[in-house]
Amino acid sequence: MRRRIGIDVGGTNTDAVLLQDDQVLHAIKTPTTADVLTGVRLALQDVARTVGTQGVQAVMIGTTHFVNAVVQRRDLAPVGALRIGLPAAKSLPPFCDWPEDLAAIVRGQVHMVEGGLDYDGRPIMPLDEGAVAAAARSMKAAGISCIAVSSIFSPLDPGMEDRAAEILRQEIPGAAITLSHDLGRIGLLERENVALLNACLAPLARHTVQAFEEALRQAGIAASLFITQNDGTVIRAELAARFPVLSFASGPTNSMRGAAFLTGIKDALVVDVGGTTSDIGALKAGFPREANAVVRIGGVRTLFRMPDLLSIGLGGGSHVETRQDGRIVIGPRSVGFRLPELARIFGGPQLTTSDIAVRGGLLSLGDPRRVSDLDQGFVKAALAEAARMLEESVDRMKTDAAEVPLLAVGGGAFLVPDSLPGVSEVLRPAHAAVANAVGAAIAQVSGEADQVFQGLSRAEAMVEAERIARTRAVEAGADGATLSLVDIEDLPIAYLPGGALRVRARVVGEIAAQKVT
Amino acid sequence: MREITLDEIEALAVGAWVLGTGGGGSPYLGLLNMRRLYAEGKRVQLMDPDELADDDMVAVVSNMGAPLVGQERLVDSANIGRAVTLMEEYLGYSFRAIMSVEIGGNNGVQPFLAAAETGKPVVDADAMGRAYPEAQMTSFAVGDLKPWPLSLVDPRGVEGIVAKVPSWKWMERLSRKMCVEVGSIAATCKAPRTGAEVKRWGILRTTTQAIALGQAILLAQKEHRDPVQAILDSEKGLLLFRGKVADIARRTTEGFLRGTAKLDGLDGWRGQGFELAFQNEWAVGWLDGVPRVMTPDLICVLDSVSGEAIGTETLRYGQRVTVVALPAPKVFLSPRGLDFVGPRAFGYDLDFRSVFDGVPT
Repeated sequence: MRRRIGIDVGGTNTDAVLLQDDQVLHAIKTPTTADVLTGVRLALQDVARTVGTQGVQAVMIGTTHFVNAVVQRRDLAPVGALRIGLPAAKSLPPFCDWPEDLAAIVRGQVHMVEGGLDYDGRPIMPLDEGAVAAAARSMKAAGISCIAVSSIFSPLDPGMEDRAAEILRQEIPGAAITLSHDLGRIGLLERENVALLNACLAPLARHTVQAFEEALRQAGIAASLFITQNDGTVIRAELAARFPVLSFASGPTNSMRGAAFLTGIKDALVVDVGGTTSDIGALKAGFPREANAVVRIGGVRTLFRMPDLLSIGLGGGSHVETRQDGRIVIGPRSVGFRLPELARIFGGPQLTTSDIAVRGGLLSLGDPRRVSDLDQGFVKAALAEAARMLEESVDRMKTDAAEVPLLAVGGGAFLVPDSLPGVSEVLRPAHAAVANAVGAAIAQVSGEADQVFQGLSRAEAMVEAERIARTRAVEAGADGATLSLVDIEDLPIAYLPGGALRVRARVVGEIAAQKVT
Repeated sequence: MREITLDEIEALAVGAWVLGTGGGGSPYLGLLNMRRLYAEGKRVQLMDPDELADDDMVAVVSNMGAPLVGQERLVDSANIGRAVTLMEEYLGYSFRAIMSVEIGGNNGVQPFLAAAETGKPVVDADAMGRAYPEAQMTSFAVGDLKPWPLSLVDPRGVEGIVAKVPSWKWMERLSRKMCVEVGSIAATCKAPRTGAEVKRWGILRTTTQAIALGQAILLAQKEHRDPVQAILDSEKGLLLFRGKVADIARRTTEGFLRGTAKLDGLDGWRGQGFELAFQNEWAVGWLDGVPRVMTPDLICVLDSVSGEAIGTETLRYGQRVTVVALPAPKVFLSPRGLDFVGPRAFGYDLDFRSVFDGVPT
């Protein structure tokens, strides 16, 4: 018997489920509290009271706390940026493409020193260790203890970033140091931006993870604590406290994975229809497909492990309007969480998609008499417009023309019709309201490699990439015997001679049996 | 001669990306340099080609190398500026002005970086009118102008000169080797041109063209009008196809990104298919198997909603795209011009026929 608790700490609600093998034994929704801790503790205590927590091996928590802090510009620490790569890239220092309001909060100090690599792994210049030590002393004098280190082509060979971290630790014991190669991909500015975001969240992450641990202790649960990541896997809590950016998108990811688990379908598209937007993502072997392009977070360009999501302005609270030419337009404006006061079915003035669905018999909500004046032809046309928006978005997220199943979750899922072109079937899982927490509870541990190989055959490079990914997964807490390769792709590098090949490999496995302390 | 505003450079970056016809690299890093230089108080003058005296000497600059490497080494205005002063030291005279070899993509912005560093004006001209993958695919090569010398600079202080070569192809071979050796990215100053040569063989006023194109797109986006229509109006272009990407195949051969993209028709093109072939840039397009558009006509693939250009490296399944053609510079339409940049120069056994033949202008 395997028992796990999954918790999703969202901006509004904290959801928890207890999963026993493949069964949802108990599910609860409580309001998120300002201190985070209380909401998690109440949820855990409810689970303990209702079904008991004996035999629970692990608690997995997913949270949007960190990404919200960036978007809302709160609880962010000033960061010391150390870039290794001079004399290259001198004219574009760290923070050079940040929104000014965010940079003003986060930009503590900026240092650039000699070092970095060429694409073939040769140093641009040797690492200037004296300059690193001088930068460390300057940061220490200014009271800066959150530091982001980036080095040119560090994903090829992290040696210089590692050495700089050693020097920084000698000079500033206890500093929270983020190394760009731990998080990002090829693309210096985008990878550096991820490291800077991660560094500015270090104190909040440490505090939040401690609060989670305290909540477990107060609820009397002795299981290991894991935090869910953007890719649908988990890392040990103490590791997660070091990498808050890796949980930025865990909300949508957990919702997608939860939907897959609840339906038993591993390759599908998922649409999560909320009040204001619909998020559409793709699942491949039960994991979200990753975005291969720049993702903006709080106005900062980043490139790291994030799910590929398409967001459109269609939700249960979206405005429905008729233009002068007779065209029906839905969204992007929405009444959002004020649906119970502004929608027609609640006596409000605004016609929303929920009003349309009530009149069309798809939804029981509010007072249907308040929308009885709506013409059925109009209702049909409005629902057809919603279906058209979904059809186009679903098609955009497909990777080929074959039909795929579509999993519909979220409070506005009534807008998803039972059949759509290009979709083999539409499934609406049970427990969809807590799909997030279910997705957290079923998470596995992963390891990833992403680097450029030269002088190896394609087959050799792919074997090497998988080996690196497996080592990393075990380090993150996986049971080596259960690891399997879920994703591998190779990308020939344009313009470079010598058959240079960039390979990305990802493996996942079950959490190792022995408790890691 | 007039001063260029930062807003115009922002528009130039948008327009140059469209004129990149799928290649040329994103102008983003060059634009970031210009924002910094303008914040420091630097300003750049744009000079009409007619303002050049016949014996004025003009520096022709470009950043060469692999876009992927550029994403790590970034772009530094100091390097392209040094490529110009190195060439001046080698030649023993000063340049009157600076121009780009290639208006399309990242190189459309490079002369502005060099100009801000050196205090010289930018000439409103280039030698491609778009982006092309190889160094001999220029109007200067069509004009059989001297291909040498070339200066090449990397940020470590490596500085090289290719003093003499017998042909443009040789210049491509040697400079490519040097570029790879310094890390597959380098700032270069190509063979200098006289004012007379620029006026006779340059593709004139392409900077102004790219700025106007970018402004038209940005304005349409701001006013919620169709940006694709804005491009067609601004450039007297032709709308060829609207559809979605059904398949894309890429392969890297001989240092180039080659491949094909297949589109399924939408709107008025439902039931029809469009196929595009590329070598870094879009080269040929077939409508239902029949050649419809080919190089040197400019083929641009745009996001149907935003009007933004999509590169051959980033196009992906499911994207809603619009294919448009823009007229090619006349210099490439001569039999000799077509030898350099016509369909056969890209390996397609097709007789060039412009999509604009018979279209009233």
